[in-house]
Formats: sequence, C-alpha cells, structure tokens
Amino acid sequence: MKILVAVKRVVDYNVKVRVKADGSGVDLANVKMAMNPFCEIAVEEAVRLKEKGIASEVVVVSIGSSAAQEQLRTALALGADRAVLVESNDELGPLAVAKLLKAVVDKEQPQLVILGKQAIDSDNNQTGQMLAALCGFAQGTFASRVEVAGDQLNVTREIDGGLQTVALKLPAIVTTDLRLNEPRYASLPNIMKAKKKPLDVVTPDALGVSTASTVKVLKVEAPAARSAGIKVGSVAELVEKLKNEAKVI
Amino acid sequence: MAILVIAEHNNAALGAATLNTVAAAQQIGGDIHVLVAGSACAAVAEAAAKVAGVSKVLVADNAAFAHQLPENVAPLIAELGKGYSHVLAAATTTGKNVLPRVAALLDVDQISEIVKVESPDTFKRPIYAGNAIATVQSSAAIKVITVRGTGFDPVAAEGGAAAIEALAAGSDAGISSFVGEELAKSERPELTAAKVVVSGGRGMQNGENFALLYKLADKLGAAVGASRAAVDAGFVPNDMQVGQTGKIVAPQLYIAVGISGAIQHLAGMKDSKVIVAINKDEEAPIFQVADYGLVGDLFDIVPELEKAL
Repeated sequence: MKILVAVKRVVDYNVKVRVKADGSGVDLANVKMAMNPFCEIAVEEAVRLKEKGIASEVVVVSIGSSAAQEQLRTALALGADRAVLVESNDELGPLAVAKLLKAVVDKEQPQLVILGKQAIDSDNNQTGQMLAALCGFAQGTFASRVEVAGDQLNVTREIDGGLQTVALKLPAIVTTDLRLNEPRYASLPNIMKAKKKPLDVVTPDALGVSTASTVKVLKVEAPAARSAGIKVGSVAELVEKLKNEAKVI
Repeated sequence: MAILVIAEHNNAALGAATLNTVAAAQQIGGDIHVLVAGSACAAVAEAAAKVAGVSKVLVADNAAFAHQLPENVAPLIAELGKGYSHVLAAATTTGKNVLPRVAALLDVDQISEIVKVESPDTFKRPIYAGNAIATVQSSAAIKVITVRGTGFDPVAAEGGAAAIEALAAGSDAGISSFVGEELAKSERPELTAAKVVVSGGRGMQNGENFALLYKLADKLGAAVGASRAAVDAGFVPNDMQVGQTGKIVAPQLYIAVGISGAIQHLAGMKDSKVIVAINKDEEAPIFQVADYGLVGDLFDIVPELEKAL
C-alpha cells in the first residue's frame, strides 16, 4: 500500500518562545525550527510499515514556505521515498491545510494517511480529523498502536480513561500519539542520499484550493506571570504555609 | 441564537466536563441545548436535563452511537449544527476526536480549547504549549469550538428542568467499529476534576515508589498524576500524564514531586492555584513557577509530609 505522511515545520520544542511586544504574534526570527515531534512519529511509523513489507511507497507532504523543504529532506533521510511541498507563505489554518491535503490525497490515492495528533505551535489537534471528514475516511486519532490486518486497520487509541481499540476500513487516517514509537535519527549517508530523492513543489492554486479562513488572530499576548514563590526550609513550614497562608488544605 | 453543547458521557453517567462546557455556553449567551448521542443513554439525558441553564436536551439513542465513533456521530452533529450559532464540546479526547470532523463537514474553521469568552465571536486560547495566549475572532456562520474545562467554573448539576426530545436520526457509516477498551481503574478522584493533584516524575525512580504518592494523595483526597518522563519510563500508565500532550489540570493545590518542570509539563498545570515543588535539584525550572518549594530528597520529604498531615 501507499502511505502519505504529513509533516509540519514548527519551532523546535525546546525553544521557549517569546511573544512580540506589539502583540502581533510570536517572535520566530532566528529561532531554531524543526519537524513537529508528532510528525516525526508519523514518519517513523510509515517507514516501519515499509520495512515490514506492508507499505510499498511512503510519500511525505508538507504545506508551508520553501524553508519546509528542510523538514521534507529530513523525512526523506528517515526513509520516505518521495516528497511534495505545497508552497504557501500564508499562515494557514487546519481547515485550509486539510483541504490542501485532500487534494494531494485525491492525486496520490494512498491507502493510509498518517499525521501527528497536533502541532506544538498552534496546538489545534484538528487537521487529521478534518482530512478524514473531507475524504470520507475512517479516523484513528491519538494512536499508540497500529496494526494492518488485510483491508482493515486496528488502531489502539489513547483516551482519557485509558486505551480504546477500533477497527477501521482502509483507506483510513491515523494521527499519532507520543507512545506510538520512538523515532530514529537520520544517519549521515541517508542524509546525503535524501538530497537525490524527488521533491515536487506545487501551489495551492495549482491544486485548486482556496485557503481563505474565517478565523482572525486579533492579538497574541504572554500568559499572566505567576508571582514569585518562596523556598521553605522544612516540611513543618510547608504544611503551616499551606494551611494558614494559602489555605488549600 | 441557540447553542448546541455536545454531552460528554459513557452512556451511563454525564461527564463532569459537560458542566464546564455549559458554563462557557452561558458566557456566550443564548438558549442552550444539549445533545446526548449514545446507546441506552436515557439516564444521561435525565441528568443533562437537570443541569442549570440548559433549556432543551436532544437524545439520539442508537446502537451506532454507543462508543461515540466520529464516523457515525459527526454527521449527526453536523446536520443538527446547521440550526445553531455555536456548537460546543469539551476538549476531552472524545470532543477533540469528533468536533473537527463536524467542523469540516460543515465547512467551517474550528477553534480549539478556548479558555475565555470575550464575546460571542471572540475567544482566548493558549498556543505554543501555553506560552502565549491568542485572542481569535471567528466570522464563521457556525462557530465550532472545543472548551478547556479548567478555564470555566462548572455550572450546577442540579436545578434545571429542561425538556427532553428524542431524535430518530442516526446510522452506522460502516467504516469503523469498536473493538474494545482497557480503562485504568482508580478509586481516587478524576485527575482533571480533582481539587488536589500530587504528581511524580522521573525522580520517583520506579513504579513501586509511586506508592509513596498514593499514600500522600489519600491523605489529601487527591488525584495522582505524572510527568511524561515517568510515563515513558513505564512507572505509571499514560492516562496519568499531565502536560501539553496529556491532561490539563488546574487544581487548588498541585504538588510536583521529582519533576524538573519542562515546558511541556508546565503547559498542563501552571494554572493551578498553588504549586508546591519537591525536588533535590535547586536549579530545577519547576521552582520558577512554584509558590512553595522544598529542596531535598523526596524519599525523606514525602513520608514526612504524609505524617504531618
């Protein structure tokens, strides 16, 4: 089967972001960017399915500025076969992204699409579900285990009270949770080889998709800072403070 | 203008998160209708009808809705949603799973995990793991929104007297089915609703040592949580994880034991009223958000604290 994996270029998860003083957004100038951690897990799962002989081809797709080619090359170095960049310099919402991905799905006809459960910048957790709706596919969100059984997919999902297993008819959409797998590192020879793998660039217009959004960000501000705390010297002092000062026990 | 709230439930009882979602709906303003989609869920509908502020409860009782599979439930909500100005669900794993599918079926954008209602079309939501708060305005005809429970005080579960109306709708899309589930059993309060939360991190060293936290939690009537490090190391199951990718909590008191305080963990608990950190590393970032910090060996401090209570 063919697997399509969507990856997003986001600020590196270790970076403590700063809000711009004019409230227009988060300062991303000269900040380290990387592949969204959940997308890394999605690429890893696709590559493992290929190594098991279940997947015949792994295509990675990203939507964003030309700089996102860097993350696509990373995915190619991790084992993907081919990459597609839908180039757009606009900040796109999940619905627009889902519509663009739907156009790619229509073209590529994958049996399985794997996405991360959420991007760590916008924290939306929407794109996979929206893509499933637009394609009319079944969805296995927050997956911690994926098993292909014939024309069916068994997905174990992380839910609030524990784990849930669902069976999905293929083609289907899976979004990855953290515990699905441990992504590998790209080796230097693979990074070199990835430079030669095909990477197509298309535009939203060429895909015939409008990316207009009904959501407007009015301002972005820093969260209210917590007032500085104190260090206590002993358990007795801690209990005394919790009882009499904070009055929480 | 009426608002449709999707009830969180397990077919037997109404989920507490529904009460926070109704609270958000009240702030938006308008008639509030609650949809209970499930199987043999009459008790849930009755409970929803008693919730303060709810004017109507719609019940879609159908075997296809038994496990809230989004392939079956989303078309129902999307069809109903066309008659409403807002469709709201709790930002639980069920709400997050179903609602974006509804939004796409309605061809509207969704706003995730709001923590504040500014006006019927303007909302605040955290981005970048809670390190920034965005104010967003929606011009969509139907505003599809998930609500972060900790941002809204729950409405009263009793006192309402809404009419219950049965819906005949519903069918099985036939592309997904429920196989089984494994729910963690716990007698302690639910993590997201607990007034006190005691959490352990990598510093606990192993799963057995979490017994120390359970004893402390029982004294405080607290729920027990964990950092991702503790979950990944296999000390405790994943549903105990607090953080950007786990549960978001905002209890009266949060006690972080052996947790360094990574950005992703703080995203899940920094709205707690009082934070206590117990850590042997004086430089741990958790001390920057803690109201009360105690530097020392948790294996001495935790038992001593338990005795002192």
